[in-house]
Amino acid sequence: MYPADYRYTKDHEWIKLQGDIGTIGITDYAQQELGDVVFVELPKVKAKISAGKSLGSVESVKAVSEIYSPVSGEVTETNPLLIDAPEKINTDPHNTAWLIKLKLADPKEVAALMDATAYQAYIAEQAKEHSA
Amino acid sequence: MFRRFNEKPSVNTSATVELRKTALNSVHRRLGAKMVNFGGWDMPLEYSGIIAEHQAVRTRAGLFDVSHMGELEIHGPGALQLVQWVSCNNAAKLNVGQAHYSGLMTSRGTFVDDLLVHKMSDTHYLLCVNAGNQDDDFQHIVANNKFDAAVENSGPRYSQLAIQGPRATEILRQLTPAPLDSIRYYHFTFGKVSGVDCLIARTGYTGEDGFEIYFAPEHSDKLWNDLMQAGAAAGMIPCGLGARNTLRLEAGMCLYGHEIDDTTTPWAAGLAWICKMEKAPFLGSDALAQQKQTGLPRKLVGFEMLDKRIGRDGYPVLIGGQEAGRVTSGCPAPFLKKNIGMAYVPPNSTAVGTEIEISIRGQAAPARIVALPFYKRPQ
Repeated sequence: MYPADYRYTKDHEWIKLQGDIGTIGITDYAQQELGDVVFVELPKVKAKISAGKSLGSVESVKAVSEIYSPVSGEVTETNPLLIDAPEKINTDPHNTAWLIKLKLADPKEVAALMDATAYQAYIAEQAKEHSA
Repeated sequence: MFRRFNEKPSVNTSATVELRKTALNSVHRRLGAKMVNFGGWDMPLEYSGIIAEHQAVRTRAGLFDVSHMGELEIHGPGALQLVQWVSCNNAAKLNVGQAHYSGLMTSRGTFVDDLLVHKMSDTHYLLCVNAGNQDDDFQHIVANNKFDAAVENSGPRYSQLAIQGPRATEILRQLTPAPLDSIRYYHFTFGKVSGVDCLIARTGYTGEDGFEIYFAPEHSDKLWNDLMQAGAAAGMIPCGLGARNTLRLEAGMCLYGHEIDDTTTPWAAGLAWICKMEKAPFLGSDALAQQKQTGLPRKLVGFEMLDKRIGRDGYPVLIGGQEAGRVTSGCPAPFLKKNIGMAYVPPNSTAVGTEIEISIRGQAAPARIVALPFYKRPQ
């Protein structure tokens, strides 16, 4: 479910690193919590983004949520698929429904994020709190 | 994510206050519903997804557990007088077996709550009120009971299910000998559903044909399961509060705490049709007469967004670049495939076609005032 070669944040974003380019999306847990996604607002290519700062927002029928960048860098690409098919985030959040690609300012930032095992333990904990 | 822009701080977080549960709570959890705190109740937000549930109700049928809704009953020779005093619609016009939409008024002519008034007999009225308001409503009615009527908070004695959608009648017909076709809109009858005694009302909060049935909570599982089974072939699915909200907004219906509250009058909310001044005096009638004379500070309108963005609850409305009002409810309309909302604006800016803007996190998004309701079901 959660790819082993991705890293994850506590705010439920993922990043996949290839060289100094990071692909960023939101996790399956996040899309489940959001419900039907209807609109995605993404930054412009070349925008500079700092780790922990907003890179855009995802709107579901029910609510709008901010997306926080896991790392710092410059946007190289945004996903054109999401302009007309934002609902892809609900069906394929870890692959085709990526949000942006970023040229990382410091690829070492990724190491500080959770790996898949740690993230799964984290969301299991969240789910427990949720139902308590 | 999940640090939401438009989330209101919740005063009663689940850690400190035990949420109330309907008799169907375990059924919802078994169905994998996403649950939320709604007015102090642990309620299903969605099962299969808000859009799928919304479309099911518009095109087939949906089943909602609305047992969180409050019921108040007023008995005795003074029952009608008390109903007439505290609410703004004219209950003297109701026949036995008829219901209407009304407002519970403050002395300022504003809403304590909105409600359905069912005339059970000449001396007995059943009020269906909002979940989060039922205790306040009860206190308010008791405090204004100068007619020696008996007022009962009978919520715990009822479960309520809503079967809504164009195929609701054929589904319910499988389980009841009650003559459903002869129950007109906003009328009700008593009959067995699946062998269980029910009040069967042709009412709803979705803009579709359908029924709301009231019965003793111990029968909840049986009625839920039998209805789901009866509706399976017609494509009925369980629906949560998420779809209930998008459906009612598409149908242009008000929600307490959004379009109406204790600062809004029926005039401002576009609800003059439930406010019958000819029956005055009633609670708030002086203030309402005065506001009719002096004019409204603001008026409720419908709007649709002109781009893909969504103007949500609480967002400022801009007219001519200046803040002129607030959005009360806003969401994507799954059936109409537009982003719609309702908002209060100055009374001189309500004309259909007026170009407005919604301020979305500091950016002005274009919108246009449109006629309400957004959606009207084909007759």
